[in-house]
Amino acid sequence: MPRATVDAVMAEQRAASFTRRSIKAESKGAALRLALSMVDLTTLEGKDTPEKVRSLCRKAADPGDGTLDLPAVAAVCVYPTLAGVARGALDALGSRGRGVKVAAVATGFPSGQYPLKVRLADVRRAVEAGADEIDMVISRGAFLAGDRRRVREEIAQTVEACGRAHLKVILETGELETLDNVRAASDLAIEALDGAGAHGAFIKTSTGKVEPAATMPVTLVMLEAIRDHYLATGRLIGMKPAGGIRTAKQAVHYLVMLHETLGVLEGGGPGSAGAKFMTPDWFRFGASALVNDLCRQIAWLERGRYMARYDFAEA
Amino acid sequence: MTDRLAVAKTYKLFIAGAFPRSESGRSEVIAGADGRVVGHSCRASRKDLRDAVVAARKALGGWSNATPYLRGQILYRMAEMLEGKRAEFESLLAQTERPPAGGPDARAQVTLAVDRLVAFAGWADKYHHVLGCQNGVSAPYWNITVPEPTGVIGVVCPPSVALLALVSLAAPIVCTGNTVVAISPASPAVVSVFGEVCATSDLPGGVVNLLTGSTAELVPHLAKHRDVDGICAADCPPELEREIRLGTADNMKRTSLRRAVDWADAQACHGPGWIEPFVEFKTVWHPIGA
Repeated sequence: MPRATVDAVMAEQRAASFTRRSIKAESKGAALRLALSMVDLTTLEGKDTPEKVRSLCRKAADPGDGTLDLPAVAAVCVYPTLAGVARGALDALGSRGRGVKVAAVATGFPSGQYPLKVRLADVRRAVEAGADEIDMVISRGAFLAGDRRRVREEIAQTVEACGRAHLKVILETGELETLDNVRAASDLAIEALDGAGAHGAFIKTSTGKVEPAATMPVTLVMLEAIRDHYLATGRLIGMKPAGGIRTAKQAVHYLVMLHETLGVLEGGGPGSAGAKFMTPDWFRFGASALVNDLCRQIAWLERGRYMARYDFAEA
Repeated sequence: MTDRLAVAKTYKLFIAGAFPRSESGRSEVIAGADGRVVGHSCRASRKDLRDAVVAARKALGGWSNATPYLRGQILYRMAEMLEGKRAEFESLLAQTERPPAGGPDARAQVTLAVDRLVAFAGWADKYHHVLGCQNGVSAPYWNITVPEPTGVIGVVCPPSVALLALVSLAAPIVCTGNTVVAISPASPAVVSVFGEVCATSDLPGGVVNLLTGSTAELVPHLAKHRDVDGICAADCPPELEREIRLGTADNMKRTSLRRAVDWADAQACHGPGWIEPFVEFKTVWHPIGA
């Protein structure tokens, strides 16, 4: 199959155009709530403690701290050793908590520079501990060296190791240098996921440990790869931009981009592929500070006053 | 040909140490006393206000932790810069402001404003000793009360005496380590050029933010804003005072509403009574030891 190439100048311009849509208050309210329901609330630090993860889970189940009627976020995203703590904490929070998924970053996150055996064992452990979703990193070194077969193999084996858990493949676009590489890596990951029979799988921009993390042009290129795959095969792949999305405004820009790239497929009406792409099943934001900004903006729309930094608890 | 096109200035807002136009794109013509166009000014929107509060909050940590000595030095430098821009201020005040009855003329207004900055530059490392104290307790420890800055303070200026009123209200608030978002309905040209004074005085960006435009439009949002810790207003119309009282009640902001201030009265305007409304008192016990 000939490789798709990307016109970098036009990708930048097209991505920038999504930030200039006029959005009326009513649509904005719906968009902010939708964005909140799509967040993978994330903590990925060496200093993460079980109590920090429990606190994150409370925030995930009720982002507005009981002061606003808000949807729970889609998932909490933690290191594999804390997946069990997260699952336990969420289950203890009742029906709101049980609806929140646990995502664990595995496969030697964030570098991926470990033997495949170790990385697969990492995945299996996380799934056993209760992770519903696995965020894996590809071997960027192998990809950049042109060893596409190794990358494809690793993804296929990780799909198998996941079992029932859904897989998200992190391309770490900040290390891929060009948009052409981003497109090639996206196509490769999608092809590998499809070939291995993965269900509900995602491609994801970044670990959040490398700058630049998610940017709009990069996300656009990945969304276009998902669109082209859907048009060719009729099968859906999810998208997760992660890192650097901190404000509600940015999140709305991403939703506009999602809508105009995937949301319009099959007309976008109820039951269409477009409508499916516009749900947390197929789109996520990897973020942490974003949640409180979404809460503040929703509060502004509902109460007509700007909120203080202390009005919503830190996760 | 000696005629050349006049370079009419666009007087911008001052937010986070930068001079942005209003995000709303709105501007107004500044007409001089003789009807000629002096320049254009920005009419700030509530989103500019929101940005200014964010900038003030961000600047608070660094400014309140700076040594009182450094804050005094910077306020003194503001006085120096203001003195250096005397000709520009005098000309703008004369062109854009009708002197209030019995109020200071343009020249006197600049002189008084410089003096006021010098006065509060001096207060910066002395107010603790006047407002704080060692409390008399009959116990084996010291009991000490110290004033600390309140936080982000909104300043609502009166519609005249543009320079002197702004300086008189902002200087005592800033000298203790608070940061300021000021809204002035008075001559926008003068307010904007005062931003240039702040920008060239080593004052960290965001410590003073200046918005020109309609107080009726902006003040209700300032008063309701939950991330603002206090509001200081002078000579506000009664309906605006009402808005301030209603809005500040929501999160119990420190509020100081002054009326009929004689800005030229140095005795009345240089005292710690202008500092006291926007400090918080902290009392600590400290063991005396052996």
